[in-house]
Amino acid sequence: MFIARAAWRLLVGSVILLAAVPALAEWAINMPRGVTPISHEIYDLHMTIFSICVAIGALVFGVMFFSIWKHRKSRGAKADNFHESQTVEIIWTVIPFLILIGMAFPATKTLIKMEDMSDIEMTVKITGYQWMWHYDYLEDGVSFYSRLDANSNKTRQLDSGLNPGDVPDYLLNVDKPLVLPVGVKIRLLTTAADVIHSWWVPQLGVKKDAIPGFINEFWTQIEQPGVYRGVCAELCGKDHGFMPVVVKAVNQDEYQAWLQSQRDVTPKTASL
Amino acid sequence: MSAVKTNYYVPHHTAWWPIVGSAGLTGLLVGASMILNGASTGSYILVAGLLITLLMMFGWFGTVIRESISGLYNARVDTSFRWSMIWFIFSEVMFFAAFFTALFYARAYSLPWLGGMGKGVVTNELLWPAFEAMWPSNGPANIGGAFKVMGAWGIPAINTAILLSSGVTVTWAHHALKADHRRQLILGLALTVILGFTFVALQADEYIHAYSELNLKMTTGIYGSTFFMLTGFHGFHVTMGAVMLTVILLRCIKGHFSPDSHFAFEAVAWYWHFVDVVWLFLFIFVYWF
Amino acid sequence: MSTTAAALHDHHEPQLTGIKRWLLTTNHKDIGTLYLWFSFIMFLLGGGMALIIRAELFQPGLQIVDPQFFNSMTTMHALVMIFGGVMPAFVGLANWMIPMMIGAPDMALPRMNNWSFWILPFAFAMLISTLFMRGGAPAAGWTMYAPLVLQTGDAFPFMIFSIHLLGISSVMGAINIIATVLNMRAPGMSLMRMPLFVWTWLITAYLLIAVIPVLAGAVTMLLTDKFFGTSFFNPAGGGDPVLFQHIFWFFGHPEVYILILPAFGVMSQIIPTFARKPLFGYASMVYASASIAFLSFIVWAHHMFTVGMPLAGELFFMFSTMLIAIPTGVKVFNWVATMWRGAMTFETPMLFAIAFVVLFTIGGFSGLMLAITPADFQYHDSYFVVAHFHYVLVPGAIFALIAAVYFWLPKWTGHMYSEALGKWHFWLSAVSLNVTFFPMHFVGLAGMQRRVPDYALQFADFNAISSVGAFIFGTSQLLFLYLVIKCIRGGPQASARVWEGAHGLEWTVPSPAPAHTFNTVPDSEVIRRETLA
Ligand code: HEA
Ligand code: HEA
Ligand code: CUA
Ligand SMILES: [Cu+2]
Repeated sequence: MFIARAAWRLLVGSVILLAAVPALAEWAINMPRGVTPISHEIYDLHMTIFSICVAIGALVFGVMFFSIWKHRKSRGAKADNFHESQTVEIIWTVIPFLILIGMAFPATKTLIKMEDMSDIEMTVKITGYQWMWHYDYLEDGVSFYSRLDANSNKTRQLDSGLNPGDVPDYLLNVDKPLVLPVGVKIRLLTTAADVIHSWWVPQLGVKKDAIPGFINEFWTQIEQPGVYRGVCAELCGKDHGFMPVVVKAVNQDEYQAWLQSQRDVTPKTASL
Repeated sequence: MSAVKTNYYVPHHTAWWPIVGSAGLTGLLVGASMILNGASTGSYILVAGLLITLLMMFGWFGTVIRESISGLYNARVDTSFRWSMIWFIFSEVMFFAAFFTALFYARAYSLPWLGGMGKGVVTNELLWPAFEAMWPSNGPANIGGAFKVMGAWGIPAINTAILLSSGVTVTWAHHALKADHRRQLILGLALTVILGFTFVALQADEYIHAYSELNLKMTTGIYGSTFFMLTGFHGFHVTMGAVMLTVILLRCIKGHFSPDSHFAFEAVAWYWHFVDVVWLFLFIFVYWF
Repeated sequence: MSTTAAALHDHHEPQLTGIKRWLLTTNHKDIGTLYLWFSFIMFLLGGGMALIIRAELFQPGLQIVDPQFFNSMTTMHALVMIFGGVMPAFVGLANWMIPMMIGAPDMALPRMNNWSFWILPFAFAMLISTLFMRGGAPAAGWTMYAPLVLQTGDAFPFMIFSIHLLGISSVMGAINIIATVLNMRAPGMSLMRMPLFVWTWLITAYLLIAVIPVLAGAVTMLLTDKFFGTSFFNPAGGGDPVLFQHIFWFFGHPEVYILILPAFGVMSQIIPTFARKPLFGYASMVYASASIAFLSFIVWAHHMFTVGMPLAGELFFMFSTMLIAIPTGVKVFNWVATMWRGAMTFETPMLFAIAFVVLFTIGGFSGLMLAITPADFQYHDSYFVVAHFHYVLVPGAIFALIAAVYFWLPKWTGHMYSEALGKWHFWLSAVSLNVTFFPMHFVGLAGMQRRVPDYALQFADFNAISSVGAFIFGTSQLLFLYLVIKCIRGGPQASARVWEGAHGLEWTVPSPAPAHTFNTVPDSEVIRRETLA
């Protein structure tokens, strides 16, 4: 079974290797653009910086390979002897500096926006455990744990003999997702009960460490309803790879209904 | 065309001590690890490793002293030793810097955060509601229980005076050595050694006082941690320095040094000034403020 | 007194053979050889661990190792590669080449030199023995973050103390290099005539003595937190787990330049040689290296953007990190300008050097992307970071080492290596390396986190590709081993100059270099000629 699947992958891998370029579009090879204003800004920033790097790279490597081709000895090139030029040195110190300043502006703007904690409408406290998450709706007295779903958990055991391909959203599904309303500025607090974890949902453009004894705050505002999947990003021990995050974003009515249903099941305890 | 010999002394294929030292250090640390893991056999290994390490030090330093006395080292070799000692001391400075960082960080950053200052509001409200940040502190969970602080103006102040005077006496001895005043040299150095060991003794007394009367222990939260780590490593360095000074004193008595060739003396004196300066920082930031 | 010394020199020294020669040696060349072989063994060991990682990641699901052991592999792979592979290898090169390059008879402190090396096998024996201990080898990542690392079993004190030993070795090695460079240069070898390899190593040595003790302090605090009840990293006692990260990265960031600066030095020797043209911008190369070293002390928190620093901190560390692109850019541009209008040939060392310039720069670009704080919130702890650092480390540090070995092997052994095999080695390595590490950018951006033994299905294809590449890359290194052994055993006699365009004192002595070079001070006219070039 294992051998067969391994062989299959090896085959697929080699084929893909050969046919890679045209097929690229079908795979996730880039950062998702996400569903929050911040995630869009991050995506644009990422693409801008990336393009600048590609351009610089093309230029530098272009010059280099031209020189390698043109000034090779086998082509009869005679070595020059120049080895200094203050002008050039100044130019290629100043121009990168200007480029960097150009990058720093949008980056700073986005960062400042991310740190803006005003106009918060609701707060969820997220606590990392080895190896699950605990969510606590501070204003509404609802709280629960969220673990890797049973199906993935069974399949991911060493030598389980089960095929991950048969599990929907393998390793990215939980028993109980975090439900959030769309269009609302939500404050999220992270902390941990044992070791450091990190709460990451790429589509929301957020990743924040959950540190025992301390609370970090950040915010998100989801634009579209949907299910957004993420993971624990900080190594937290043996099952670090098996504590996903699932956020279910719903519209306000649905959210209220969900809250009501939860109030009935969550025991009324202090929300600490 | 020159055929100048460099005359730099390179000991050829005779280095037994390094490999002995590696084995000794490893024994020491493996033994210590085993003890920490609760395996009692570790203590034998530790002692064996320690003995081998000491043997190495005697042997190695002995070799170097013999080579030095027999005149194998020229001025160039001397300069190599000097650069090495200076940068070794610098590396020690950076070692202490790590612990000072812990101290400053706790006082300026983690405690205020836990106590609800600035960004720490939520942390304080939700996790450590009753906690107020101040220094000294053993943290919001009051780790180690109520404790009293080691005041600056008792033993620590006396110890400051002792170390500062020892800095003076060692300098005096150095001047005496350069002026070839044997009696003053030995007197100055002997005084330095006495002052050094007095410092260590007082420090030990202070620790006993802290443990038995102030309930101030290594386990007393961040205050106890930084206090004992900083003063402990410093005390260890003073002890080493005092032992080194003792060796130098003995060598002075034996007449090993001449007014213009006494690198070992100077190296130890530098080292002594270094522990002196570290102490001043300790006195100011650990005891005083 | 000099008469005695001279007398001793003239004496024929006892010629030790067998194991004793290696155990007791004080000769910089022997010690360099020891370092290089040791590091190669460590490279195979660390690479073997990488292959276990890649085998497990070949497809989704767990097939080979359990998650705890996987984390041990990740942790040990990094520790072995960095502290056992790259660092000792560069110290080995320094030992072999620095005395020859500056016209010194040996390293400044030959006996301590021996000790710096011989601590290493002991330290690694300690570290590697943890694989067989109760609770397994360390598994909290090479970054050893508290509090997770405090959950390590019996391995814990062994890991801490082995790091102390490695630190002692590094600091002694660095001190030796500083003393050698500052004190042992032949008359006429002024600082601004030193080959760049010597310069970059001098700067690296300063980085080492400044940050290795800080690492020692950090792990000492881990030790006392675990066994003696201190609260450095425990918030209940007023400490902070993030404090460990600050101290660790104050070491950790300069550490990555410790791994790359000597590589820059190697490039600056090789590229002019095969371009048959003097290095462009010698002085600016020196200043750029120094600026990189200086900046490396004030950028550490770019590894910790997600821990919740204040805005001002995030901005400061973003800007300072971005600045490093400038001096690094100067270096890249200078290398390109050195090639410009040269008369290039492409022997194996030059091939590796060209690949270095391209692929290291790609790694540098992804580094710059990581420096952009808001974007790093997405990249952090994803495979994008893994891609970044393998690009700067493997075609960076490792390629520089390989290039250096090809470059100086004829000088060391007196034989030419097989150019055909060398080219095979190059092309296999350069291609398979990109197959291994390039896809990691994709899966990282798409959301795959690092340090996991298993992953979601959408990452399966690229991981399979990576794994295939890793096995090819690994196997190609066996070719290198074969080639080196073959070259040591025999081959065409190498001339003193070896390469047509080579300049520097090391090329004025015969190949193989005799055990003792420059017991006689080299002629200052020769120095002038070889260093102006
Ligand atoms: C040899 C090792 C090495 C080197 C040289 C570098 C070089 C750089 N690194 Fe990297 N880095 C690592 C090894 C290295 N790194 C490792 C091991 C980690 C992960 C550790 C861990 O978590 O386990 C890491 C992680 C890491 C992070 C943290 C990522 C995260 O965890 O979130 C960041 C963030 O800023 C970063 C940035 C940089 C930058 C800006 C450079 C710069 O020095 C790069 C500069 C070079 C260039 C930019 C290219 C050449 C320049 C030009 C051609 C000029 C013109 C260019 C422009 C103006 C754009 N690195
Ligand atoms: C100098 C440093 C260095 C070097 C050279 C390498 C080299 C390699 N690294 Fe490593 N790596 C790190 C430093 C380095 N790495 C660091 C710092 C981390 C982070 C750790 C952490 O998260 O804490 C890391 C993490 C890391 C990961 C992520 C692990 C995780 O997040 O869980 C992966 C995954 O693919 C990986 C792969 C590889 C591979 C395939 C190579 C290859 O280049 C290795 C190639 C060499 C060989 C393969 C050996 C030679 C050949 C043999 C022994 C024969 C084998 C026989 C056959 C092929 C049949 N490395
Ligand atoms: Cu929780 Cu990783
Ligand atoms: Cu860094």
